Amino acid sequence: MSACDISETLQQQVRNAVGNGTPLKIEGGNSKIFLGREIHGETLDVSGHRGIVEHDPCELVLTARSGTPLKEVEAALAEAGQMLAFEPPHFGDNATLGGTIACGLSGPRRPFCGSARDFVLGCKLINGKGEILRFGGKVIKNVAGYDISRLMVGAYGTLGVLLEISLKILPRPAASYTLVQECTQAEAISKMSRLLSQPVPVDAACYHAGHCYVRVSGSEQAVKHAHEHLGGEVIEKSEPFWHALREHHLPFLGSANPLYRVMVKPAVPPLEIAGEWLLDWGGAQRWLVSDEPIALIRERVATVGGHVTWFRGGEHNGEIFQPLAPPVFVIHQRLKSSFDPNGIFNRGRIYADL
Amino acid sequence: MLASEDGLPCNRDTHEDLLRKLRKLLPPEAVLTDKEDLRPFECDGLSVYRRLPLAVVLPETTSQVQAIMRLCHTLQVPVVARGAGTGLSGGALPLSNGVLLSLAKFKRILHIDSENAMATLQPGVRNLAISDAAAAYGLYYAPDPSSQIACTIGGNVAENSGGVHCLKYGLTVHNILMLKVVTMEGELLTIGSETLDSPGYDLLALMTGSEGMLAVIVEVTVKLLAKPERAQVLLAAFDDVFKAGEAVGAIIAAGIIPAGLEMMDKVAIHASEDYAHAGYPRDAEAILLCELDGTNAEVSEHIMKVREILHQGGATEVRTAVNEAERQLFWKGRKSAFPAVGRISPDYYCMDGTIPRRQLPHVLRQISLWSEEYGLPVANVFHAGDGNLHPLILFDANKDGELAGTEEFGQRILQLCVEVGGSITGEHGVGMEKINQMCIQFKAPELSQFHAVKAAFDPAGLLNPGKAVPTLQRCAEFGAMHVHHGQLPHPELERF
Repeated sequence: MSACDISETLQQQVRNAVGNGTPLKIEGGNSKIFLGREIHGETLDVSGHRGIVEHDPCELVLTARSGTPLKEVEAALAEAGQMLAFEPPHFGDNATLGGTIACGLSGPRRPFCGSARDFVLGCKLINGKGEILRFGGKVIKNVAGYDISRLMVGAYGTLGVLLEISLKILPRPAASYTLVQECTQAEAISKMSRLLSQPVPVDAACYHAGHCYVRVSGSEQAVKHAHEHLGGEVIEKSEPFWHALREHHLPFLGSANPLYRVMVKPAVPPLEIAGEWLLDWGGAQRWLVSDEPIALIRERVATVGGHVTWFRGGEHNGEIFQPLAPPVFVIHQRLKSSFDPNGIFNRGRIYADL
Repeated sequence: MLASEDGLPCNRDTHEDLLRKLRKLLPPEAVLTDKEDLRPFECDGLSVYRRLPLAVVLPETTSQVQAIMRLCHTLQVPVVARGAGTGLSGGALPLSNGVLLSLAKFKRILHIDSENAMATLQPGVRNLAISDAAAAYGLYYAPDPSSQIACTIGGNVAENSGGVHCLKYGLTVHNILMLKVVTMEGELLTIGSETLDSPGYDLLALMTGSEGMLAVIVEVTVKLLAKPERAQVLLAAFDDVFKAGEAVGAIIAAGIIPAGLEMMDKVAIHASEDYAHAGYPRDAEAILLCELDGTNAEVSEHIMKVREILHQGGATEVRTAVNEAERQLFWKGRKSAFPAVGRISPDYYCMDGTIPRRQLPHVLRQISLWSEEYGLPVANVFHAGDGNLHPLILFDANKDGELAGTEEFGQRILQLCVEVGGSITGEHGVGMEKINQMCIQFKAPELSQFHAVKAAFDPAGLLNPGKAVPTLQRCAEFGAMHVHHGQLPHPELERF
């Protein structure tokens, strides 16, 4: 499908919904519908609003409409030797750029290069009054006004309909390989957290099924000596592994049991919660398949300052995301009504009444 | 009810009541009300705006901050928070009917967690002190604003400070994890977390760069990075400023992200060379400084590549700093550009616009045309890697009409930055200085949305009111950074 700007149609649909008090369910490629709480409403289909608006490789900035398929964005960048450095998971063929940003998900490179929100420079959106607004810009440095573009990342469409997003992009590393070592979870945690204080060209590290995987990327010369320094067995063509990890295609992550995303400081020792563990992001993002009740998991994780998302297999109307402290939730409610005074956008997707 | 000098309502009974109650909350030396004690707080780094607050308070605990905020909220007294006061846009300018809350006593490094590469700090810790403390672990804090020996982390968060290494290492927003803040209502909130993200909206991004409008920062947890094995600087001279601009694009297009990439034009080169004797070529129309960092092998590889690109791009000379001392010297010239320009002209205006890099030739050409039109010379200093332009307009305020011409010239430059897809401020913030230019960059519904965001944190509108976001009625005036007779506030600091 070719590029198409349907922002006026979308704006009219939002205005109608405001007029009729109809709740809206914003939909891009519908690939991340499994994530978050169940919501009801009339579908606002953004997938027709598509196309790359601007991409000049020398600027390291790309602007595209929200309904642009993520794979189309990635293909255009790859052609220019560039990439979305936060390595977003697609979770399906139809993933759009808008959905990726709204959900704020990042892949294995995140702890070393930054998250989806780190790369957002600006956006155009429709707020809950049906106004089209622009925030941020197409430049790397910009401190005019509050950072509303980044506020949209991970807001799951509850604050507005994203129309256009500008992202900082980076060159693809010239060379990349992976080092694998057999070890225990505790050994992997200590190995991975040590990477944080060493000047090594590492851009991914995980622990899975008794093995620690470390991806080394950079210029030809940069990666050459990393092997001697870090040790382990070299896998040259390791992209399928990282792809499978990112997309939850590893058998473990596809399990029918509930999947929890446990966020902790990377050096936190193995958590004593029954289940199977996979550690990504150098130990900072831990995936847990477990039958333990969510309350118990949250309680244990809270003791080490972490938080838990019920990523897959959660109760549709339950506490999918970690509940917020009451005064922080009050700010969330006020922000929601400042953008969406009638509460029409994706109401309840993150928290009930938001 | 009387009107004060800034037109704000002031009520003597409330004020006496306020001072009495503040003295109950804090030790006597932590409440300043005498004029001579208030004087050091009358302005920040933008000294054209000066105003004495009603009182300065210097709390040293979070519960004192909460108590002050609750009291001011109850009495409906506005509060302006202040760090080191090095900001360049008047964000910490006091209000004559308000309390100035100084965080100067919050200067402890609470914890360096080397295992997790993070540090927890009170907001009054100086930027450079973080890296100094982390150095023992091979770690450092990446954002390095020019005032880093004096500016504090709380102010860095409030302004989303950058530095010369932004292109590769990001701004403050990319390098912090968690904040503790006190709202105008006195509520203590934890924003973000010690993990890489947190549930709910990204309030951490919203707080960063909010210029003290949303809440008062009382604790900051930052991310630390491993010190690169090696850093090396190249200096390239060009006989044409546009060739230099194109070379910048060519380096980026080759897939290299330099740690720093700076450009200066002839006026700036001469001023800096006279001042800092960095060894810059005086016959060049423009120079580029390109810093590369990383592993030893990587830096060597990139230096070769960048040298080749610079030569192909028509550089008349390419030099590599032979040792750390020369690297520091190359940087010294660049970092002293502002005071150096201050010596060659009675006054100058510093602009802080950003543009997409490809627009550089167009924007520079336009600036030079206007420079002729107004009869005002311009020195251009440019964070070329990230598109942040600092044209310094040279003028003499004592000459009739020069200030007015400069202001108009400056306004046109910022307007042009917005027209070509950039921004009115890349790193100095809006504060008081660029409040009117916000009207160029944002439309009324966008400004209204900003006001609504502020109201979500501060419904009473008592925290730093009148800064950062203009009221819709205000959108007609103009202001810019004005340096008289080369007298920068904090002349001891590097400015770049």
